[in-house]
Amino acid sequence: MAEFLQFVFSGITVGAIYALVAIGFTLIYNASDVVNFAQGEFVMLGAMGTVFLGHAGVPLLLAGVVAVLITTVVGLALYRWAIVPAREADAVTLIIITIGASIFLRGVAEVVFDKGFHSLPALLGSNPIRLGGATILPQSLVVLAGAFFIMVLLWAFIDRTLFGKAVRAIAANRVAARLVGINTRIVVGASFALSAAIGAIAGILITPITLTSYNGGTLLALKGFAAIMLGGIGSAVGAVVGGILLGLLEAFAAGYVSASYKDAVGFLVILAVLFVMPRGLFGKATVERV
Amino acid sequence: MSMLAPLERFRLLQRRRLAAAGASKSILLDRFRLLRRRRLISLVPIVAIVIILPLLFSSAYYYRVAALVFLFGIAALGLNLLMGFAGQVSLGHAGFMGIGAYAVAIGPTAFGIPPVLSFILGALLSALVAFVVGRPILRLKEHYLAVATLGFGILLAIVFTNEANWTGGPDGMAVPQLILFNWPLRGAAVWYWILAVSFLVGAVIALNLINSPTGRALRAIHDSEVAARVLGIDVAQKKLMIFVISAVYTSIAGSYLALLDGYITPQISGFLRSIELVAMVVLGGMGSVAGSLVGAAVLVILPQALTLFDEYEHVVLGLIVMGVMIFLRAGIVPSLAAAFGGGRS
Amino acid sequence: MSALSAERLSVAFGGVRAVDGVSFDVAAGIVFSIIGPNGAGKTTLFNLISGLCRSHDGGVWLCGEDVTALAPEDLARRGLSRTFQNLQIFSHLTVIENVMVGRHRHEATGILADLLHLPAVARQNRGTRKAAAEALGRVGLGDAAERSASGLAYGHLKRLEIARALASEPKVLLLDEPAAGCNPVETREIEAIIRGIVADGVTVVLVEHDMRLVMNVSDRIHVLANGRTLAEGTAVEIRTNAAVIEAYLGVRGAREAAGAVG
Repeated sequence: MAEFLQFVFSGITVGAIYALVAIGFTLIYNASDVVNFAQGEFVMLGAMGTVFLGHAGVPLLLAGVVAVLITTVVGLALYRWAIVPAREADAVTLIIITIGASIFLRGVAEVVFDKGFHSLPALLGSNPIRLGGATILPQSLVVLAGAFFIMVLLWAFIDRTLFGKAVRAIAANRVAARLVGINTRIVVGASFALSAAIGAIAGILITPITLTSYNGGTLLALKGFAAIMLGGIGSAVGAVVGGILLGLLEAFAAGYVSASYKDAVGFLVILAVLFVMPRGLFGKATVERV
Repeated sequence: MSMLAPLERFRLLQRRRLAAAGASKSILLDRFRLLRRRRLISLVPIVAIVIILPLLFSSAYYYRVAALVFLFGIAALGLNLLMGFAGQVSLGHAGFMGIGAYAVAIGPTAFGIPPVLSFILGALLSALVAFVVGRPILRLKEHYLAVATLGFGILLAIVFTNEANWTGGPDGMAVPQLILFNWPLRGAAVWYWILAVSFLVGAVIALNLINSPTGRALRAIHDSEVAARVLGIDVAQKKLMIFVISAVYTSIAGSYLALLDGYITPQISGFLRSIELVAMVVLGGMGSVAGSLVGAAVLVILPQALTLFDEYEHVVLGLIVMGVMIFLRAGIVPSLAAAFGGGRS
Repeated sequence: MSALSAERLSVAFGGVRAVDGVSFDVAAGIVFSIIGPNGAGKTTLFNLISGLCRSHDGGVWLCGEDVTALAPEDLARRGLSRTFQNLQIFSHLTVIENVMVGRHRHEATGILADLLHLPAVARQNRGTRKAAAEALGRVGLGDAAERSASGLAYGHLKRLEIARALASEPKVLLLDEPAAGCNPVETREIEAIIRGIVADGVTVVLVEHDMRLVMNVSDRIHVLANGRTLAEGTAVEIRTNAAVIEAYLGVRGAREAAGAVG
């Protein structure tokens, strides 16, 4: 039982980060139909930026804020210089553009930062808390609280503000949204910025547990991508559930099956889910009109 | 004309059309014979390049790079049959490269199977794997298909990494030399000719397929699955067929890569390799046989050239991938063909 | 024996009964038209018959054979073909290649022969191309054979779809609004094409909004409204049916229809 609980703790912690990456994917996807493979680089930039600003003597809290802001600007730049010029391109082309952006950002990080692994001090120290026979790192609680806070804030933002309404309108029908006077460029640009900021914060939160390096973003992007597929693309609830589910699956796989096959089990389950439900757990069925 | 009553005008039109139809029938058949001969004409420039290039090569290094271009050309061609013609994306095709590569590595060392037979068994194994996973995967569409194929590729890479007893794990393993009729194949020049000829054979087969009933059915599926189905095309079966063929091409390229390098690591089937293959196809031109080779050439030669940029290698590579996808979206070969007023390549 | 019969076809989308208990019987070798206001369920009915969606009830019989649960491709192999209201052209193919795809069910080479381009494939390609050229000639597109399908005008694309369906040599052909967007001259050409098809012994089921065309070519007309059958009969019967006039044609439409034959 204690063992089980241990896996749940670690699974939910990692899952919360997957969920944040997945939320970032979903935000951009809903506003622009782009699956942004550079999402993982946002996470990396937030973490590496904080680490290196810290090394330069900037107080950590300020370093974190500045890193998030820089990543946000990177997100905007990505939209302005890589996505806008390529509008009307098909889905696969857009995916490859963002993969190109991901390689580029990784290359920049390699030059600006370095190739080593780095950590950040945990916010509440690193003495494990004992709970029901299992232990949990205080930083895990910080991750969970942070993720929860971001999701509630995001939900309120999308559900309660004019911006959120515009995003939902665009997701439902881009042309109609433009016709009623919504500036789609601003809204899509903002969703890239927001998504980048969320990614950067996720990176800072998780670094004390998992470490960070210039190429740490790719796998996270894949996991986030897998999570939204598991949940059903375009669904925010699906992204969160998919992310946490994936984290739990991996933790159980690592614990009960084999640590080296933890990633494999995650993808196996995703394949199985897609084979049974070709549009994910929460995806809407679409009817092809002929 | 406008003076005629509509009905008379229609009768006139109809008569003219019928006459035209009769005349055009014979013209059509003539044109078709021409086309049939022209089917392989697009390969003439490639053959010329294959023959001329060695005259320009001053060292084994050039042979090696050119050999790699043809090698990845084979893989890209296989993926292009799936993506460019049948319209199905795969972000996991490097997995098949891995199967082909590890077949020629493990077959001789662990089972004592001759390399040539291992090569063939690798292609068959890839076909079998593609056949088994293809049916459920190809039911998916768009992003879901992308993630499923991606997951498949990563799964294979994980297996290659973890089964260290067989594969040597992350550090990889040595690959025994290919010996044909007591003649060990070694040296960049030898591989250049083997791979150039292999690519040409692959290209001929691809062109044959494109102009066959199966090829037409696949291209039809790309444009409208619904229309293809109501014309009696078994869409699932055709997709599976092209997935298997495409896997065999890629697997063969993987076997060649292992034999050429004499050493393999699980990176051969990694996610980035899969993306590289997709980029080759899109860069060169979806649905273009020559484009597959051009895309492979760009992505093989570029990193070699980029070593000049030293630590800025990834920065420049990323910029080029983005730039080409934004500004040469249709792919290099179709864009050039359009620019010079040519038809399809 | 009837060429096509439908019995109690019904389907609902999200609570809306798009088609609700529709039955009819099409005799071989006639033009059978299905008319009705927008949203009456005509295209959905075509989708039910051609296997693109499943009926909750009843069934479909093609030349006496129960084909209710069959997939579209299996129906096509038994001789049912159709066109689409919103066009489903293979836009990356040339015009003649589009029609050659229509011959698919008559082509018999295996994948290995295709890959190696064996003489049998070459021979068959020639036969397919010849048949396709003939089908194109029948709809007056013989000259456009080598053009890219994406370059054709709308009216020509409609005819291309007919040629493609004809090339499959169907027993029953479903035409979904072949004259939509056509000018009067083009509509008359479509009419001539339909007459030609029926003359060859093919049974035609037609969905069409152009009343003049429907009244001219139809042997029988089936009227739908809100997914249900309103009436069925000959052109004369339908034109004089009070319920149809009131619910669908309206006074002006009725006059137009009368004018078409007069």
